[in-house]
Amino acid sequence: MPTPFTIRFLNSLSRTGWIAMALFAAITLVIMPALHLFVSEGSPLHVSGFVITLGGKFMCYAIVAIAMDLIWGYAGILSLGHGVFFALGGYAFGMYLMREIGTDGSYHSHLPDFMVFLDWKELPWYWSGTDSILWAVVLVLVVPALVAYVFGYFAFRSRIKGVYFSIITQALTFASMLLFFRNETGFGGNNGFTDFRRILGYDITSPEMRVILFGLSALVLMLTLLLGRYLVTSKFGRVLAAIRDSESRVMFMGYNPLHYKLFIWTLSAMLCAIAGALYVPQVGIINPSEMSPANSIEIAIWVAVGGRGTLIGPVIGAALVNLSKSYFTVAFPEYWLFFLGALFVMVTLWMPEGVVGLWKRIRNRRAA
Amino acid sequence: MSAVQNPGTDAGSSSMGHILRPGLDISHKVILYLDDISVSFDGFKALNELSLTIDAGELRCIIGPNGAGKTTMMDVITGKTRPDTGTCYFGQTLDLTRMSEPEIAHAGIGRKFQKPTVFENHSVFENLELAMKMDKRARVSLFARLDDIGRDKIADTLRMIRLDHEADRPAGLLSHGQKQWLEIGMLLMQEPQLLLLDEPVAGMTDDETERTGELFKSLAGKHSLVVVEHDMAFIEQLGGKVTVLHEGSVLAEGGLAAMQADSRVIEVYLGR
Amino acid sequence: MKPLLLFFAFWLCTSPAWGALDPAVIKQLAAEESDDKIAAIQQLGANTSREALPVLRALANDALFVEGDKIFLMDGEKAMDAVTGIEIQPAPETYESIIINNRIRAELTNAIASLRLQNPDREVRLVAARELQTNTGLEMVPIIDRILARETDAEIKSLLKLAHAQANLGSPLAAARLAAVEALADTASPSTKNLLLPLTKPTIEPDESVRRAAVAALKSIETHLAFAEYVGQIFSGLSLGSILLLAALGLAITYGVMGVINMAHGELLMVGAYTTYFTQGLFRTYLPAYVDWYVVAAIPAAFMAAALVGMLLERTVIRRLYGRPLETLLATWGLSLILIQAARVLFGAQNVELSNPSWMSGGVEVMAGLMLPWNRIVIIGFTLFVLALIWVLMQKTRLGLFVRAVTQNRAMAGCVGVPTSRIDTLAFGLGAGIAGLGGVALSQIANVGPDMGQGYIVDSFMVVVLGGVGQLAGAVWAALGLGVATKFLEGWAGAVIAKIVVLVIIIVIIQKRPQGLFALKGRFVEN
Repeated sequence: MPTPFTIRFLNSLSRTGWIAMALFAAITLVIMPALHLFVSEGSPLHVSGFVITLGGKFMCYAIVAIAMDLIWGYAGILSLGHGVFFALGGYAFGMYLMREIGTDGSYHSHLPDFMVFLDWKELPWYWSGTDSILWAVVLVLVVPALVAYVFGYFAFRSRIKGVYFSIITQALTFASMLLFFRNETGFGGNNGFTDFRRILGYDITSPEMRVILFGLSALVLMLTLLLGRYLVTSKFGRVLAAIRDSESRVMFMGYNPLHYKLFIWTLSAMLCAIAGALYVPQVGIINPSEMSPANSIEIAIWVAVGGRGTLIGPVIGAALVNLSKSYFTVAFPEYWLFFLGALFVMVTLWMPEGVVGLWKRIRNRRAA
Repeated sequence: MSAVQNPGTDAGSSSMGHILRPGLDISHKVILYLDDISVSFDGFKALNELSLTIDAGELRCIIGPNGAGKTTMMDVITGKTRPDTGTCYFGQTLDLTRMSEPEIAHAGIGRKFQKPTVFENHSVFENLELAMKMDKRARVSLFARLDDIGRDKIADTLRMIRLDHEADRPAGLLSHGQKQWLEIGMLLMQEPQLLLLDEPVAGMTDDETERTGELFKSLAGKHSLVVVEHDMAFIEQLGGKVTVLHEGSVLAEGGLAAMQADSRVIEVYLGR
Repeated sequence: MKPLLLFFAFWLCTSPAWGALDPAVIKQLAAEESDDKIAAIQQLGANTSREALPVLRALANDALFVEGDKIFLMDGEKAMDAVTGIEIQPAPETYESIIINNRIRAELTNAIASLRLQNPDREVRLVAARELQTNTGLEMVPIIDRILARETDAEIKSLLKLAHAQANLGSPLAAARLAAVEALADTASPSTKNLLLPLTKPTIEPDESVRRAAVAALKSIETHLAFAEYVGQIFSGLSLGSILLLAALGLAITYGVMGVINMAHGELLMVGAYTTYFTQGLFRTYLPAYVDWYVVAAIPAAFMAAALVGMLLERTVIRRLYGRPLETLLATWGLSLILIQAARVLFGAQNVELSNPSWMSGGVEVMAGLMLPWNRIVIIGFTLFVLALIWVLMQKTRLGLFVRAVTQNRAMAGCVGVPTSRIDTLAFGLGAGIAGLGGVALSQIANVGPDMGQGYIVDSFMVVVLGGVGQLAGAVWAALGLGVATKFLEGWAGAVIAKIVVLVIIIVIIQKRPQGLFALKGRFVEN
């Protein structure tokens, strides 16, 4: 009897996995919002807006980390330019947020401030429709995916692999960053978008809106994890892993690696874009430095620290590295880059399986 | 883009019936034609107007010194290398020189390499599942389910290759001989019509070698096999027709005993 | 009165030393009437003795004074008599400066120019002739004529002829204007363009033949200028290409030998640049007389410094990641972060200042409108020199033989006894050292700061990808090609679009030839 889809879906996670997921959902969707909204500020149980925003940010990073693990851990494709999709998603939603400022900007014009400053008289064509949140969402889902698809198609078709592919993705994000730095491109130049006011008419800095964005990020993170687990436990995932291990052998068996890689690559880009779209309203700003090569390479270290090919590892890695970053940049700003650089070296030399791998080994040794 | 010109017919011996697939036409009993194939790499002629035919259901052995072109010949058949001149037909109608590697695999040609190339991180079961003949497109794989028929096929193959107790073991942990058998199993899961086997018993014990020979003999008839080997005892066990390759073309063809007595063959390969 | 003065002037011309100035003419400088002043000035202008010059200059600067019947200049506290040059003792208490108006000022300018053009020192005449290019009026024509008749130096003569033509553009005679236009047609400077442009309009130029000549002349000048710009772009392309080559050569060698892409490669460039800065500092402090040669000393220093850093990286980190290229990318990126931060901590986050030595400053004018800077010319030459050295090293030495062997087939090389791990270290050191040399070159034309290397890693890698691995020629052609292509695209569409277009072109080329343009046969982009 063929297994129904739902049963396979439920099998994606182990029982511990589902319990952990439920716990996570309870904390992020119920407890923390309640502690933020309904507990007064003086109380020790109060969760501040700062924590909510920080948590939302980290969860967006976690989504990106999972997206990266799907292509690196499971398909063997190391992208050093994935930040460009994150940023494109952020910019797409940012356009909507800029329109929602309305006439409350410094120039009290229906055009965003930076356009007035450049002496533009009307919105460029690619801004049309961005006052509708639905269209903005469409842009978030479609544009980065399209860029990814076209790039991936040409790259994978020419069998560019490994190191060469990684460096070309770096060049892609670098060129995009240069493009967005120009004022003429129409995305705010090196200042980018900022100073957001509203979403759907509601004040963007209100506690309720913060909590909604936080909750949405948590929801998307959970869905991404489930989607990832479903994919890697399916036949598709097994073929992908086979492509990672020996692409030519897989071809002899009759599979076309191009389609498999293209699918996971485009999906990964889409997930990053969604993460970017959730990220921008929470941090209140997007500018071209999000597309810097350094940012994209950092994503790889989150995955490496956590443990690639595990899906949950990258989430942990993203949290660990970003917590360290927040700590260091406040306490010892001069040493953050030393720490990060050393992290890159140490993880690749001595912890190739990351934190999760380390934990598995300890657990196995105890069981033995 | 397909090289299939007309659908195949079911004419010919009935023992082929259930394995025929659309496109493969063996009405004239020959399953593989190589005609005047030449391949050169930077001036070095790997194949020199090579011509040979394989009958459907046959078990053919190819021998020859190193550099004779045995591996290159297999590369041409599976589409890894395109010949400079010559034609290569699978059945009456499928022009292999114009098909891509996955297309050729789909059409029914399976190849086993010299070195085992199993997927080390996947289990034995998963290796066989990956190889199994089915719709292998990406969008189909997203929703593919392993049904009972598939499970049975895998179980049968596991039994045949004597790995039924190792089904969940990562393939990388198998012994060399077991890996070779797993790879043969994967080849069979593709349900190919034509099996190309490149030194299949290299590195096996005598016992394993004999069992491999038995397996091949049982496969012949329903499948066609081309075996490249150096082990003369094994070839004798197989008992099929022998083709000797030398410097890119066929030197001699015939039974093993005849080849072993042929003076040309002795000179270039077997030695005195 | 006038003929007498002229006779005096001629007589004065042949007299040596100070004291040859006619007191009467000098006295006339203080005359009441402007006309008289002008007459005196013109006579002094025709004078060839050097002493007239300071007098006229002083007069132009309102620094020629009169008191009674004495005319003098002030040299600090002392009063120097204008005629004799001897100090007047005691210095006059009260005096007033000789007043001049604009008309007199104009005459003074011409007279001063005229005097300088008669100076026996060639350099002075050259400078004066150059200055004439931008301000000659019609009244200078006879003066220039006269000087031209006696000038022997070819360069000065051509400058004078140009000035003559420029002056004649304003001549009332159409024939003279025509001749002037035709003379100017052969130049190719933007300033003559501006002079000729009005002459094409009927409202300014009444004579049609002159107008036509002006149009033709302008077209000729445009062609010259366009050609000069074209050559200029090729030069810029070559210059950029030579820098790219120095940056990428080291990467190509290490990638060929070890299959390692070193993300810290840009930082090796930085090490070279900072070493140069350090050398400059040392020279300034301890060998100030030789500071012009700090660059030469920096070359071996930068090579050694970068090579040492490179070998250290290889021994400690990179060799442990052999066979894992993606991990190597990440680990070397981490090393690059550490190196950049170290530079920030040691040298500060701001750019440091380096000045070109004098023999690399300025430029040479190869054709009108095109000035090629010396520092870039030197760098191109330096790159060729380095290239030649590397070629000799690779083809003629044992080390080079081993490096090439390991590049082509590591396993076999190891089997025949080549010490592969030592070759790895040495090859890495060599690649790093070349990057250090690239840093020296960069320090002379670009800013030196902690993250200066970051901009070059992607470009270097593109050169390696395009040029293929294992052959020097590939890297050379790829670097030059990328340099020239980038410069031409920049001129056409701006820097950003140029970068994007170059990237797209590279992706397209890789599609057709994944092993690069010049790879060794059988070597592929990824194994």
